[in-house]
Amino acid sequence: MKSDPGLYDYLPYTQRPKIEWPNGAHIAFWVAPNVEYYELDGPSNPARQPWPKPRPDLVPYSERDFGNRVGHFRMMEAMDRCGVRGSVSLSVALCDHHPELIEECKKRDWEFFSHGIYNTRYSYNMNEAQERAILQDAIDTVQKHTGQRIAGYLAPALTHTERTMDLMAEYDFLYTCDLFHDDQPFPVNVKKGRLISVPYSLEMNDIIAYNQHFVTPRVYRDWLKLNFDRLFEEGKKSGTVMCIPLHAYAVGQAHRIAAFEEALKYITGHDKVWLATGREIAQYYYDNYYDETVAAIADHKKKYPPRVETGGGS
Amino acid sequence: MRPPIDATSDDQHTHSLPDSYLRYEHRRYGMDHDRYEWSMLVKRKPVEWPNQARIALWVVPALEFFPLDTPVKPFKAQGGMVTPYPDLRHFTLREFGSRVGVFRVFEALDKRNIKATVAFNSEVARRYPFLMEEVTRRNWEVMAHGVDMAKLHYSGLDEAKEKAQVQESLSTLREMSGQPVRGWLSPARSESFATPDLVAAEGVEYMCDWINDDMPYPFHTKSGDVVAMPHQHWISDTTILFFYKQSGADFVQQVKDQFDTLYAEAGEHGGRIMALTIHPWMSGQAHRIGFLEEALDYLASKSDVWSATGSEIMDAWKAQQ
Repeated sequence: MKSDPGLYDYLPYTQRPKIEWPNGAHIAFWVAPNVEYYELDGPSNPARQPWPKPRPDLVPYSERDFGNRVGHFRMMEAMDRCGVRGSVSLSVALCDHHPELIEECKKRDWEFFSHGIYNTRYSYNMNEAQERAILQDAIDTVQKHTGQRIAGYLAPALTHTERTMDLMAEYDFLYTCDLFHDDQPFPVNVKKGRLISVPYSLEMNDIIAYNQHFVTPRVYRDWLKLNFDRLFEEGKKSGTVMCIPLHAYAVGQAHRIAAFEEALKYITGHDKVWLATGREIAQYYYDNYYDETVAAIADHKKKYPPRVETGGGS
Repeated sequence: MRPPIDATSDDQHTHSLPDSYLRYEHRRYGMDHDRYEWSMLVKRKPVEWPNQARIALWVVPALEFFPLDTPVKPFKAQGGMVTPYPDLRHFTLREFGSRVGVFRVFEALDKRNIKATVAFNSEVARRYPFLMEEVTRRNWEVMAHGVDMAKLHYSGLDEAKEKAQVQESLSTLREMSGQPVRGWLSPARSESFATPDLVAAEGVEYMCDWINDDMPYPFHTKSGDVVAMPHQHWISDTTILFFYKQSGADFVQQVKDQFDTLYAEAGEHGGRIMALTIHPWMSGQAHRIGFLEEALDYLASKSDVWSATGSEIMDAWKAQQ
């Protein structure tokens, strides 16, 4: 085990190349609905059990199924009304189980990225061949069902190995959503090729807010607005990214959706907000800031050489 | 409700996985099991309630008995005993519901002419027959809620024992209520793989454990289909006040928001169901009953609301399928 994954270098928030988003936007705003399939009785991984109680653990299983049957449309229609396209964090097996849902997202020109095969199959303990197989499965499945070559990755249930990022770069992914260290995109250190992190967010994630912080729908709404207000203000100096990761089974409950839509209306009611997808943000960053940032990292390292190894020594 | 993510040792990542971990036996169209069909709510045929009501209001007080000797395994129902035996504080705090709280709750419903479908642990009926009379004299519906909160249904329980639990609950409640007892809610919403078959075999027509829909749908069992009724879980008093530890005012607000969303959807997609679960040991406390009354006032103040029992709602839905 390592004490630091070595995935990124240190470049202080205040010392970076200035980011300017398209049309002078201060903030790149994206919404990432997790469209997930959990198995009722799938195999166990020695590192983690899918369900806390004896199977069928029907409360958590069926509440997730609610997202696909009921909540998804509530969430999607609220996004439609605010002109927001989703970047779908997809359990790719859902293409097989619920193709109608995929069609609805396709119709709206949403982006799809991989969130593993099922959210009950974890990467822990996979050997390299197995991890390659799930990446290839995700690429092939999404290509077949949507025509899109996936560009982004959020590991299934946020489970990783030490090689996950290197493999993503090797398979030509543009961005990872797995790192929570920043409010701006940033280069990820990989063995070969390039990869960046695009800010996803655990803090703005509905299921974390609801089921870890136990907030009410109105407090969640207020968190979203506060997060936006500050990032928008700071984005005047250098562009920031705000992401709202969603789960239709949480935000799509009847007692929660209206408060969420209020926040979404508030955010999209501002000028100088770039309504983007994960891929669009990543591509724009590669095209305009990647090289400049890599140079700034090297420069900073020279001026402030760390006395211990950080960032993988690249 | 979150799957556990905590590390419990330092070497959990050092195992190997068989290649079968990458085989997906149920990767196919529809569900990964055979209990019900995949179906998106917005694509279904609209339902009409009597008198063009938009919302069927289904209020479900649950009358529960938490035995002092509840086993820790396989798990404890929400509200179950906490301390080492004898846990007098939690035992009596739950008993409060059947002694005092329930009367506050029933009175709140009476004053607003709201019907109830009362989910009974059969042990509550056996211990306190007066409560059964309180329900039947109002012509409210009795729904089976298992034997008690320690007699869970789960994989690992011997099937003959589980069958006996189902039969004990239903025969007691049917005999004492004089009603057919058509609905079932498992204690702690916990089922084994066999529970729906065992319950349906005893003539139950609707079940309320699965929380995957806002409307009824057909649920397959070995004795034919039962109706899965949308007995919402996230909006109940115990979810908001006990699990989330939010305030009474937060409870009222979320009930109102739930109603408003369903009411608006009903205008476009046909009748909807607002289910509200009430636990007298929680909402019946003197400092909380006012919040329940406030929530009920809001629901009672709306037109186009049909206060109905589970069976009435199920029958109206079934007639249109």
